Amino acid sequence: MSVVVGLIPEFEGWKRRFPPGTEGSLVLPCLRRIQEARGFVADEDIAALTEYLGVPRMQIEQVLSYYSQYRREPIGRWHLQVCHNVSCSMRGAERALDHLRSRLGIEPGQTTPDGRYTLSTVECLGSCGTAPVVMVNDSYHESMTRSKLDRLLDELT
Amino acid sequence: MSGAPLIMDFAVTPESHRLAAYRARGGYQTLAKALAMGPQDITREVGDSGLLGHGGAAFPVGRKWSVIKLHDGQPHYLCANADEGEPGTFKDRWILENAPHRLLESMLIAAYALQVRHCFVYIRGEFDLPYQRLQDAVEEAYEAGLFGTGILGSEFACDIVIYRGAGSYVCGEASGLITSIEGKKGYPRNRPPRLTVKGLYQLPTVINNVESLANIAGIVRDGAKAYRAIGTSRSPGTQLVSISGHIARPGVYELAYGTPLMPFLFETCGGMVGGKRLKGLIPGGISTKVLTAPDLEGVTYDHASLLAAGSSLGSGGMIAIAEGTCMVRLLQVMLRFWHHESCGQCTPCREGMGWMHRIIDRIVAGKGQAGDLERLIAIANANDGTTICGMGDAAGYATIGFLDKFRDEFEHYLAHGRSLCDGVLDVTGGWDA
Repeated sequence: MSVVVGLIPEFEGWKRRFPPGTEGSLVLPCLRRIQEARGFVADEDIAALTEYLGVPRMQIEQVLSYYSQYRREPIGRWHLQVCHNVSCSMRGAERALDHLRSRLGIEPGQTTPDGRYTLSTVECLGSCGTAPVVMVNDSYHESMTRSKLDRLLDELT
Repeated sequence: MSGAPLIMDFAVTPESHRLAAYRARGGYQTLAKALAMGPQDITREVGDSGLLGHGGAAFPVGRKWSVIKLHDGQPHYLCANADEGEPGTFKDRWILENAPHRLLESMLIAAYALQVRHCFVYIRGEFDLPYQRLQDAVEEAYEAGLFGTGILGSEFACDIVIYRGAGSYVCGEASGLITSIEGKKGYPRNRPPRLTVKGLYQLPTVINNVESLANIAGIVRDGAKAYRAIGTSRSPGTQLVSISGHIARPGVYELAYGTPLMPFLFETCGGMVGGKRLKGLIPGGISTKVLTAPDLEGVTYDHASLLAAGSSLGSGGMIAIAEGTCMVRLLQVMLRFWHHESCGQCTPCREGMGWMHRIIDRIVAGKGQAGDLERLIAIANANDGTTICGMGDAAGYATIGFLDKFRDEFEHYLAHGRSLCDGVLDVTGGWDA
């Protein structure tokens, strides 16, 4: 069942601050909220959102495939995203990634068999002055070292 | 720091981002002053100040605003670009986290000057704390009657939406940003028409960088003359510089334009980690051309001086590279990024970024082919001016910059199948600390 129905009162509240007649603009924020509620965006959510916003289904499908943060499949409880862009690589990001590969036994893009951890690489998070950064779900963990990363992993159960 | 700080002019505490603290620093008094002025007088003051765009292109803010026709009978929009995604740049994040009300007050003043009923802040989807701080500030401001209708007892009405992106570098480009706010994939648009003529929802729209906007309240409060007293004649004011890489004291610093660069790097920021020599400096985000230490002699931090040195000030995101760093592998990281972020709309960029990425990958793997360096340059040049937005052009310039300044390293890698610097990117040893 779609999670959209339960979220409609919230979506209606958002509309009040948008210019009238711009419902299409709600595609991105609604998808984010749906993903927060379910963990990913399911087929039935797309159908329900298409109906609610009155936009073409294709527009929603395009948004889902264009932006890197949307997910169409469930992932692990802890999503570890390692920035490997320039400034982070210059401060040890490649070693952080190798460390996570060996501790978790998975490659970027994979989830541990117990469903606990998903590992990803990500491009610049705007945390260059406190590099390297590992994003865990929504939070930044900055100025990472081997020992800080080990302590962090121990807390993520 | 030389010159008066304009943005980082208060001590950051756990409460300093809140409305009460901002009011205690004189916050929202300039809004009251602005509402007593004519909208055109505000635009004139901003124009007279010489304020340049702080997001990368350095377009004069007043000139952009002056395209908006007041009383043309159609809605206008104002968007703050908080999609800070140029690698090496994290200065707007400082404003969003520490001075959200300065941005909001400035946006209210700009909205009044441009007769805007609905404003947007487009903030990148990964920014969580900056979003929370900004959204909290918006709610505080609504409760205090600073947004909505009848603002400060006037007839001025304004609403604001904090619009979160969802992971796309190209949405930091103004027309891509607009397409994204319209709820679509963030494809940039051909110009003309300019966005100030047909922008968001096909209506006149001003898009300014967060830091550009954050300066508005100060300019209206103190006047254009006071702003021009800081910086240089061609680059008035200050720039928030975010510096990272192998620098000893990374972070955000506010520099008056015209500040000598080498003393900033080696005194203010403590030089390179471990006292190493400076090998190169990317002065304004990775899309700007890398400079070597000799290039930087006598350079001051302003648009003209960096242009004369062969690069540009860009988005204020400096990356300092110390001796011992493999420039071939560093370019590999950059090309992987551009390939990942090309939106796919224009053929030269979509295909070119992929080709360049594959070529650098095979060079790094020791399987480079004769002519690969010339191939990289040819593909970079093929992007120049052939795409809708500037991403592919900039990627090309930056690639040519690396090949130009560090040619011997690239030739050595190609000839011998291995790095002159053992492929090292991190020379700091910080990971094991």
